[in-house]
Parts: sequence; C-alpha cells; structure tokens
Amino acid sequence: MTENAAVEVQKASRVYGAGSSAVRALDEVSLTIRRGEFFTLLGPSGCGKTTLLRLIAGFETPTTGQILIDGKDVSQTPPNQRRVNTVFQSYALFPHLTVSQNIGFGLEMLGRPRAQIKDAVARMLALVKMEKMADRRPQMLSGGQQQRVALARALAPEPEVLLLDEPLSALDLKLRKEMQLELKRLQTETGITFVFVTHDQEEALTMSDRIGVMSAGNLLQVGAPREIYNRPVNRFVADFIGETNFLTATIRNGIPRLSNGEAVQAKGPARLDGKTVTLAVRPEQVRIDPEGPIHATIAQTVYFGTDTHCHLRLADGTELVARLQSPPSGDIGLKAGEKVRIGFVPGAVQMLEG
Amino acid sequence: MARRDFSVSALPGFGTIAVIAFVLLYAPIVTMVIYSFNDSESVALWGGFSTRWYAAAWENTQVQEATIRSLIIAVSAALIATTVATMAALGTTRRGKFKGQTIIYIMINQPLMVPEIVTAVALLIFFAAIKVATGIQGLGYLILAHSAFCVPFAYLPIRARLEGMDMTLETAAADLYASPWQTFRRITLPLLAPGIAAGAMLSFVISLDDVIITEFVKSAGQDTLPTYMLGQLRRAVTPEVNAISTALLVLTVLLLTAFFLLTRRRG
Repeated sequence: MTENAAVEVQKASRVYGAGSSAVRALDEVSLTIRRGEFFTLLGPSGCGKTTLLRLIAGFETPTTGQILIDGKDVSQTPPNQRRVNTVFQSYALFPHLTVSQNIGFGLEMLGRPRAQIKDAVARMLALVKMEKMADRRPQMLSGGQQQRVALARALAPEPEVLLLDEPLSALDLKLRKEMQLELKRLQTETGITFVFVTHDQEEALTMSDRIGVMSAGNLLQVGAPREIYNRPVNRFVADFIGETNFLTATIRNGIPRLSNGEAVQAKGPARLDGKTVTLAVRPEQVRIDPEGPIHATIAQTVYFGTDTHCHLRLADGTELVARLQSPPSGDIGLKAGEKVRIGFVPGAVQMLEG
Repeated sequence: MARRDFSVSALPGFGTIAVIAFVLLYAPIVTMVIYSFNDSESVALWGGFSTRWYAAAWENTQVQEATIRSLIIAVSAALIATTVATMAALGTTRRGKFKGQTIIYIMINQPLMVPEIVTAVALLIFFAAIKVATGIQGLGYLILAHSAFCVPFAYLPIRARLEGMDMTLETAAADLYASPWQTFRRITLPLLAPGIAAGAMLSFVISLDDVIITEFVKSAGQDTLPTYMLGQLRRAVTPEVNAISTALLVLTVLLLTAFFLLTRRRG
C-alpha cells in the first residue's frame, strides 16, 4: 500500500456481458490517487472513465482486481458503506425533498444528531452560496443552482473522496467557466480528494493537480497538466490534449529527418538510428523563420482574433498548422501559395514511438 | 411555417362525428340520472320530480348490506392488489433485463386478456373445491377473486410511474449511505406514491362495479351492490335502481377524477 493514497486501483478490469459479445470496459487499470489532490480522468466517451468512477463509488464491482480506499480493500463493499460521495452528471437531486433536506440526507442516513445535521447543512449552503434557496424544491432551481446543491449534498458528509461524473457538461459555457473556478476553490477549501471525470481537455488542464488520460479501457498516461500537454507519451495523448501537428521522420545520426532529408531541430536517441518515428509539435511552437530548416507552402490562413492559424504544406505533402499571434494590423502578411521557411521553438518537438 | 401541422379537426365531418359520439356515450347516462328523480313507479314515464327513490334506497336494508359488502371487498381487494402490483412493478423495473421478461408481463396482465367469464368459471370451480375440502365460508373468496383481477389495473399505473423515475436517484441515495431499505422507504416509495394511489383507486373502482366474477363466486346472501341491482332487474324495475346507479356513478366519477389528477401531476 502506498503512503498517502486516498484511492488505489489495482489491476481493475470490468467486463460486460460474456463470451464473444463481452465488452472490456476497463482493462487491468492500476492507479494511485493521492490524498487531497484534484485528480481528473480524461478521455473520449466510452474510454472507461465513468466505469472506473463507478467502481470507486461501488455502483459496480470489478470483474478482476481491487479497489482500495484509504488502504482498505472495498472491492465488494456496497456504496452505502464507502466514505465516498458522488456528484452525478444528471445531479440526481431528490425531487420530493427541499434543498436543505437534500443536503442533509447523507448525514441523516449516517445517523448523525439533528443539531449537527442542521449546522452542517447551514455550512454547506453558505459554502455553495445557496442560503436563500434552502427551502426550495430542486425543480425550482436553475441548472447552475442544482449543480451547487448536488455538490453541497455530496460534500456534507465529508467523504474521503468526492467523485464528480462530468458535472459541468449540462451547463452553458459561461456558467461552466464559473463552476470550474468554484470547484477548484471548494476543493482547496475542503481539502477533500476530488476525482473528476471529463472529456473536456481544457477543463482537465485548468482544474487538475494531475490528469489520467484514458482510451479504450486503458490508462495511457498519468501526470500533471504541464507534463501531459508538453510530454505526451504517445500519439493518442498528444492528439487528444490540445491541437498537435504530426510529422513522420527517420532518425539519422541522432537527427530526425523528413523524407526529403530536411533536418528537424530535435534530438533523437542514438538507439533509434535508422528508425521511423512520429514527431509531435504544437501549433503555437511553429515559427515562420527565414532561417528555418524546413521549406513549406502556405495553403490557407484563418484569422481567429488574437491568433491567426496558418495552414502549411511541406514538401512531402504533410499538412501543418502554425498558430501565430496576430499583429496590431490584424494581417500577418502571408498569402496562400507563398513559399516560406519554418522552424520549431527549441525543445518543442516531441518524439513519439508508434 | 411552410406547412400547417396535421390536425384531425380539419377533416370534413369531424365536428359532427364528435357530437354524435358524445351523445351516444352520455344520452343513456343522462336519461338514467334524470329518471332517478322520477316520482312515478315507472322507469319510462315521467311523473314529476322527487328524491323518494334515493330515500327508499337509503332505507333499504338489503341495499345497505350490499353497499357495505361492496365497500369491504373493494377496499380489501384494492389494498391486496396494490401491494402485489407494487412488488411486481418493482421486480420488473428495478433490475436489468432478464430472460422471460415478456412472459412475466403477459402473466401479470393476464386478467386483462382472458375473458372475464372464463376467469369466473375457473374461480367458481377452484373455490368450490377449496370450500368442500376446508369447509371455510365467508367473504374471503370474493376478496381474493377481486384482488386477482385488480392486479393488472394497479400494476399498469405503478409500473408507468416507476419507468418514468430516474434510477440514478436510488443510486444517489445508496451513495449517500442509505441502506437498500432506507432507499426504498425514503426515495422510491415517496416518489412512487402517486402511482400507488392511482393504482389503488383504479382497483377500487374496478372491484366496486364487478358483476360477472362476483355473480359466480358469491355464496347465498353475499350480494354486492351490482349483483343486488342485477337481481332487482329480474323482478320489477323501479327507479330505485336508477338512484343507486346514479350514486355509484357519482362515487366512480369522483375517484376517477382523483386518479386522473394524481397521474397527471409529475413529481
């Protein structure tokens, strides 16, 4: 057991169905979530992130492997006996109970004294700024307000771990941004471990202490947002998080070269000599540089306000996007068909195997 | 809009057909209600306004006994059928799909599909055998028979309500430390209550006006209101039957209105 771990997932698999129609939603995933961190499970729909969350919550049991919470194996423990609470995507507020009754429900089920429940509910209402709505029914609240009540309800019993299943997906963009900050504030204030599930990479990058990127039932990479963004372990992660250009190159004498022999400013380990690799570079790391080593033709420029996206075509036909900051005039002075030379910001090129 | 939405009210003759349909439906009932206030002995000749048939029915001990018996049976049958139907509805909706689900649905709703006369004959034979074997008499047989055919009427609104309920609510309750029983007691049951009430009321009404099964199953001296009325019609028909029918109609309309309001209101 790892010191300071809130949740440990040990080789957990979840298989639905049996025989040839069996679906492996989660494939021997191992993961340690540290106490007090804001951990995000990120991936496209169907990648297994929600399944993993449901295993931690206890709504499902792993087909194989274990789930440990606070060092104890809870794989077979029903959800009502786990010190874990969930904020559901649909909020799942009890429609026949008031906001206060909803928030107090968990503590009531834990058999806490009435006075203590009252205090906790008042504290939670203040925490999510819903004091005025205490006696309303959930259906009289807006989406954002329901969201706050769902949060307060899950936080009230002071769980070891708070699970959040895409809780912001039903909100409009402005409210979502607000709630992102709000969630981060709540997490810092309460010190509770948050496990957040989302398919929105921007949400993951802005809120998380660490991110776990998932695809097809596997955990591909776990790391801090900067690490995931700047050092993706493979093409899927590089592609899923932010926009990325991919180049195919062959390593010769430690230097990756494009098919026409042009060298890319990156170092390739000698052991890869002669091998073909994929290079990943973010659009904002591509420079139009008269001294640059690579020749390109401008295919199209798209104005985005602060940035202008410059679509380039390399000699080997590879398409590349450069995100350039728009000058005060708004015109970067490049026309389609123009021949330019490009370079990459030093250290920006990632070498991916496979 | 490029095209007006299809509306049957735009079809030729719609209004006329609607009026005819309503007249056919309500003319007999209106006539019955009017003639219940007839002062004459005849059900066909108007002899002035009077409430004497209501008074006569009210003071008729046979009517009193039959009414009480009807109410005992209807209330008991509604309670039993609703309890059974609630369990059946929970069993068929609060779990994953299972083998033979369709067969189970059909079996639960069987009384709706089998001709009532068949059920009646079957019950008559079945209960006769039990009576001979055990010697037990009493209203129990009628209550059980009514409970059986009321089950689908209670089951349908309860199941509809359960299917409309978000199962995440129960998951959320479990997540918030509620045991399965607490989840049922605090979340499922309160949210299901309108469905249960609707089912109970529908069962009550169905039981209250049943003739065929009651006629077959009842022992001597176990007349319910409908079988008593049927018996009366075989002899001299007086407006007293109209009066009882009208009273029964009022009760049924009130209950069905409550049923409608309960099922319409969404939790």
